[in-house]
Amino acid sequence: MNFSELFKQSNQLCKVSPDGKYLATCVQYRLVVRDVSTLQILHLYTCLDQVSHMEWSSDSLFILCAMYKRGLIQVWSLEQPDWHCKIDEGSIGLVSSRWSPDGRHILNTTEFHLRVTVWSLCTKAVSYMKYPKACQKGIDFSKDGGYMALAERRDCKDYVSIFVCEDWHLLRNFETETQDLSGLEWSPNGCVLAVWDSCLEYKVLLYSLDGRLLSTYSAYEWSLGVKCVSWSPSSQFLAIGSYDEKVRILNHITWGKIAQFEHPASIDNTKATVYKEVERRPAVPSDELLQHNIKVGSTLLNTKSKYEICAPPIQIPVVKPDPDRANPKIGVSVLAFSSDSRYLASRNDNMATAVWVWDMQKMSLEAVLEQTAAVRCFQWDPRHPRLALCTGNSKLYLWSPRGCVSVQVPAEGGFQVQSLSWHCSGDFLILLGKDQLCLCYMDAEQEENGRLWRRKKDRK
Amino acid sequence: MPESSLFKDGRRSSVESRTPPLRQLSQSLQPLHRNPHTISIFCSEHNVQECLSHINMEVSSLGLPPVWSELDGSSVLNVVAVLNRMYDLIQLHHKSLRTVENMEVEQLKLNSNVDFLKLTTTRLKEQLDVSKRENTGLLERERQLLLKVKSLQNCLKNEKEEVQKLQNIIASRASQYNHDMKRKEREFNKLKERLNQLLADKKERKQAIDVLNNIGRADGKRSLWKTEKTEAKHEGEMYKTLLNDYDSRQRELVLENAELKKVLHQMKKEMMSVLRSRKLSLRGEKADLSGTQAASEEDEEEVFDSELTCVHAREKLTNSIRLQWRRLKSHVERLDSQVSLTQMSKSTTGDPVPPRETCEKEMERLKLEIQQCKDFIQTQQHHLQQKLSTPCDEDAALLLNDSYMLQEKERLRGEWKNLEEQRTIFEKERSNFTEAAIRLSHERKVFEEDRATWLKHHFLSLSPFENSIKPQLSKSSSAILISEADSSAQLAPEKLSSCYSNSTSSPSAFITSPSISNLQHTLDLIPENGSTKPGRERSVLCENIHPRDKLWNDDKDLSSK
Repeated sequence: MNFSELFKQSNQLCKVSPDGKYLATCVQYRLVVRDVSTLQILHLYTCLDQVSHMEWSSDSLFILCAMYKRGLIQVWSLEQPDWHCKIDEGSIGLVSSRWSPDGRHILNTTEFHLRVTVWSLCTKAVSYMKYPKACQKGIDFSKDGGYMALAERRDCKDYVSIFVCEDWHLLRNFETETQDLSGLEWSPNGCVLAVWDSCLEYKVLLYSLDGRLLSTYSAYEWSLGVKCVSWSPSSQFLAIGSYDEKVRILNHITWGKIAQFEHPASIDNTKATVYKEVERRPAVPSDELLQHNIKVGSTLLNTKSKYEICAPPIQIPVVKPDPDRANPKIGVSVLAFSSDSRYLASRNDNMATAVWVWDMQKMSLEAVLEQTAAVRCFQWDPRHPRLALCTGNSKLYLWSPRGCVSVQVPAEGGFQVQSLSWHCSGDFLILLGKDQLCLCYMDAEQEENGRLWRRKKDRK
Repeated sequence: MPESSLFKDGRRSSVESRTPPLRQLSQSLQPLHRNPHTISIFCSEHNVQECLSHINMEVSSLGLPPVWSELDGSSVLNVVAVLNRMYDLIQLHHKSLRTVENMEVEQLKLNSNVDFLKLTTTRLKEQLDVSKRENTGLLERERQLLLKVKSLQNCLKNEKEEVQKLQNIIASRASQYNHDMKRKEREFNKLKERLNQLLADKKERKQAIDVLNNIGRADGKRSLWKTEKTEAKHEGEMYKTLLNDYDSRQRELVLENAELKKVLHQMKKEMMSVLRSRKLSLRGEKADLSGTQAASEEDEEEVFDSELTCVHAREKLTNSIRLQWRRLKSHVERLDSQVSLTQMSKSTTGDPVPPRETCEKEMERLKLEIQQCKDFIQTQQHHLQQKLSTPCDEDAALLLNDSYMLQEKERLRGEWKNLEEQRTIFEKERSNFTEAAIRLSHERKVFEEDRATWLKHHFLSLSPFENSIKPQLSKSSSAILISEADSSAQLAPEKLSSCYSNSTSSPSAFITSPSISNLQHTLDLIPENGSTKPGRERSVLCENIHPRDKLWNDDKDLSSK
């Protein structure tokens, strides 16, 4: 595993272009575009204010930089660095901004969610969408970029509008049976739209592309409901994570529950492998060594950690949330399917130090990774069944079906990994710290070597 | 007068027993009782005295003063005394009557008491029974009530828990509502502020877009006007997408179904074939029957293939598979036990590991060969199993493997036997060789000793000194003899050089040549005579003696120093 040097970034804005060739980073009010392979700076753009949001267009030719405070958007072209585009929302303000799937329209959500403005970069035309709903996830584009679903709220009722992205033609508008729509998501095949209610009511509705209600699913009443929803890449499964610390899997044929994954505090399952991160503080070196190694920096004094396989029964530390506060830190809040739909990774908020990996073929628990600190972010490799996670310390953790490894990020000045994202080829990871970023290159041979990997076989 | 006669009899024996007269009296009294008005005929004029004395006795027995005492001497009755006595008697009688009455009364009272008590006991017993029954009834009720209480307590607990849970839910919902309300209120306030700001603000910044130049569409096409046609086109596309999705899903499901059906058919066929083979191997007579049965089933299968979608066909298929599977399971269990038995028997009749002794090169070679054979066998077995695994079942494969390996095993056994024989031959030869070597060494020693003595003799005889020291063969120091023998031997290297290949170069020429030639002859003779073995062996012997020779030389060297 190789690590690149550290680069500056601000606001955790660092994105790889969809074609995988360029890396765009925002540093205060500058936009830096680098070549992914050489990390040389190719372009440097200067925006008018500190960038709040940055996004690549789908054809990797344009970059959108949004400055919410000033209500401005600037679009930069890679092909023509002289080309410029500025969109000023005026007094109406700006809350969020995004590209359309064709890479030629920009959708701006104004302040107070008054309306969604669609700016066309081809024709300079403007269209408006009224009554957008302010919720967890109110806009979603289908994977092929053909359709857009927009959540609306009119007369105290929830509606969903489906637009054809080609010409923003309103295809369907239908009322949903939700009390307070919280989010919607297209299935990867673009034929089914999952709509879920707020946490006060457990309700997941499935609508077909043409607006027909296919199915309703409600696991229980009264207690706090759905926390997060995730489709499997093959569109076969819909995973629903809820406040009762369970994940329910629905199948795409009957839309009925086929499995239920629980996150108990004590694990008795002998088929699952539990990896526990064990920290080892190194002995304090003698003075001479210290002097000699002082150049190396603080890496010497970094705590080394490795994974140990624990035999069941195992207790996972639980943090009971404050019952009086709203949106309690309990329940499954993050769900992620691997790219081959084989594995599902979940995190239960009151066991924030553990990541649970489920095998979707056997519908059972595959592994549990127990870290020393709360897991901040995890993401699956887009190509292989490999999970990368970070807990806010200077280490990177990787899990694959063959084993688990903990890698120290060799960076000076204590680089704390706060979030990460994979490159689309699965060859390297982008690690984001507070105001720095680092690239981690996966060595293909490392997998065969297996020296660092704690294998499942070693358990016996 | 029967009574008086009887009385006389009684009077005679009145001293002995009182009873007879009493009996008589009682008899006489009885009529008196019955009829108190009958005159008693107890006393007559004749037995007055006797009667008097008798009465006296009776009266005195009753404790009253006597009526008549003999001391008076007069036969005249004391009327006063008699009257007194009569009066006393009457009093006594009255008294007894009274007591009788009293006693009767008492008895009546007691009887009535007894009756009363009996009645009360029965009544009380009944009461007791009733109260006991009531008690059990009450106990039963108490038990039931206790159970009820317990269940009610449980219910209460459950209800309390439920209430608690609902309260928790309400609390969390309330906090969620409050949170949402606060959020909305904050947003509302912001809106109000913004509205105020906008109303106050003179300059209204309008929305604007500033683009250097229009960029082309991503797909390069021109954008179309929104018309009904485009709308219809969009609808059409949407439905097409949906239909494609449904189509693909249905195709997948059909493929999956076909695949599963194929698997089931295959399983059924395999199971039937295995069962058939088993039946053939064990019961030959019934083979025909099973064959026909299998054939008929196969016919049925073909019928099934054509009715893929029929529910009945599916059910039939699954049922038949279940049946076959059950049969197969029982057969496999039986076969397993059989196979394990046969394996055990084979292992006992196998070759025992022979003890290995040293014949190093041969042994190593044989070992290598064996190892190679084993590897070869294993790879063969592996290949065979791979080839046979798909159509056959485990037990069939096992049997087949055994049969294939049998030939190999036989061959190997034969080879092993040969090797064994060869080894034994080698062993024998070795032992012979060693024996011969030992014998030869002995003979050599003897020969050398003889030679030495002879030489000494000769030497001594040659010497001018008459007093020759008769050598003592047995006690002569071998070193001197041998050294002499050796030194002399070097002078005549031709004949003996073959034996002494590493002769040291220290010729000591103190013996004259003619004697040397004599010596040669004598020396020539002795080995010729001494050895009875053929020449070939001699050379071999010499080779073998080679190391010993060295030893001797070494000894010589040591001793000469």
